[in-house]
Amino acid sequence: MAVPILKQGPYLIASVQSALTDAELLELRNALVLMVGKYRSRGVIVDVTAMDVMDSFASRTLRDIAHMIRLRGAETVIVGIQPEVAFTMVQLGLTLEGVATALDLEEGLTFLDRGVKKLGGHVGASG
Amino acid sequence: MKGGRDQVNLEQVQTESTTTLLRELVTHLRQHRTQLREEWAQRITEAKLLTAMTKEEIFAEATSVYDNYVEALETGTFEALQAYARNLSERIIPRGVQTDEVVGIVLLLRDVLARSLFGRYHADFDKLNRILDAYEPAANRIAITVAVGFVQERERTIREQQEAIRELSTPVLQVRERLLILPIIGVIDPQRARQLTEQLLRGIRTNRARVVVIDITGVAAMDSNVANHLVLTVEASRLLGATVIVTGLSPEIAQTLVNIGVDLTKMNTVGDLQGGIEEAERLLGYKVGPVEKVVPSE
Repeated sequence: MAVPILKQGPYLIASVQSALTDAELLELRNALVLMVGKYRSRGVIVDVTAMDVMDSFASRTLRDIAHMIRLRGAETVIVGIQPEVAFTMVQLGLTLEGVATALDLEEGLTFLDRGVKKLGGHVGASG
Repeated sequence: MKGGRDQVNLEQVQTESTTTLLRELVTHLRQHRTQLREEWAQRITEAKLLTAMTKEEIFAEATSVYDNYVEALETGTFEALQAYARNLSERIIPRGVQTDEVVGIVLLLRDVLARSLFGRYHADFDKLNRILDAYEPAANRIAITVAVGFVQERERTIREQQEAIRELSTPVLQVRERLLILPIIGVIDPQRARQLTEQLLRGIRTNRARVVVIDITGVAAMDSNVANHLVLTVEASRLLGATVIVTGLSPEIAQTLVNIGVDLTKMNTVGDLQGGIEEAERLLGYKVGPVEKVVPSE
C-alpha cells in the first residue's frame, strides 16, 4: 500500500509519504473507511506533511474521507498542511469545509483526545 | 604667427587625432585649474545650487570633481569617475541634494570649461572647432556618467529603505504560548497583503500557534481585494490548525465590507485588540485575573 496506516490506541494514523496518484488516494480512502470499523477506532489522523501539492481531487478526497469517517462514528483530523500549500488551496477555493485540521501529528492527537473525552459531543474545528 | 605655423604643419594638424587634441585640452585645463575651479564654484553659488552644503564644502567637492573630470577627459576611461560619482552621491544624498542640482553643477562645469576654450582659441576658429569636436562628446559622457551614478545611488538607497519598511511593517509577535498577534498598520497593497499572509503562515508553523489575533485598528481603508485576501488568510490559517480572530474593524471598514458584500461569516471578529486577546486566551484555556491576596497559612 502506498500509505501506511498505523493503529495507535483508539486512533488510526495514515502518514502520507509522497505525492499520491488519484488511484492511491482512493485506495487510502477505502482502506481508512474499512479499518475504522474493523479496529473500532474513535479517530483518524491523516498526516499530509510530505505533500507539497494538493490538487482539487486530493482535497476533495480528503474531505470525503472526513465525512465518511464521521458516518462510521469517528472523527478525522488532517494534519501537517504546509503554509504554501494551504494558501494555494484557499486561493483555488479548496478550503476543506467542515474538516478539522491541526498543525502536526502531536496537535492532531491533542485535538482527538479532547474530542474523545467528550464522547459523542460535537467537535468543531480545532481551537 | 600661430596661423602661419598651422599652414606649415597643415597635414600634421589634419591628422591630429582626438587623443592629441584632448591632451592639449587637458594641459590647458590643468594650467588654469585654480582660476576655472573658482569660477565654477562661484557659478554654483550664483545659480543657488547645492544649498544644503557650505561654501567650503562646495569648494572642496568642486576641486575633486574638477580633477576627476579632467582625468576622465585625459584617460578617456570612466571607471574612476563612476566610482567617484557613486562615492560623492553616497555622501550628499543624505543631505538632501537633488538630482537637478547634481546634473546642474556638472553641466555648469562643462559650460565653464567650454567658455575657457572659446577664450583660448577664439583667434583660430578651425582649431576651436576641432577642440570642441573632441571635447563635447567626452564632456557629455562625463555628465551622463555622473548623473546616472547619482540616480543609481539614489535608487539603491530607496530600495534599501523600502526593504527596511517592508520588514518592519509585518511583525508577527507571540504574546503567549501558542498565541500570535499580527498588528497591521497603514495601507495594505496586494504585495504587502501577500507578504503578510506568508509571514503569518510561516509564523504559525514555527511558533506552533493555535490562535492568531489580527489587529487592523491601524488600517484606514480596505477594498474588496484586500478583504478577500484577508478571508483567504483566515482559511489558510485554519488549514494549519490555527483559529484567527480579527480585531479593530473601524466603523468605515465595517460599512465598506458589508456594502461590497464580502462574505465574512467565516471570520471571527472582536471589537478591539484587548477583547481579541481575551477571547484567544479563553480559546486556549488561559484564565487571567488579578492576583488574589496571598494567604500566609499554607
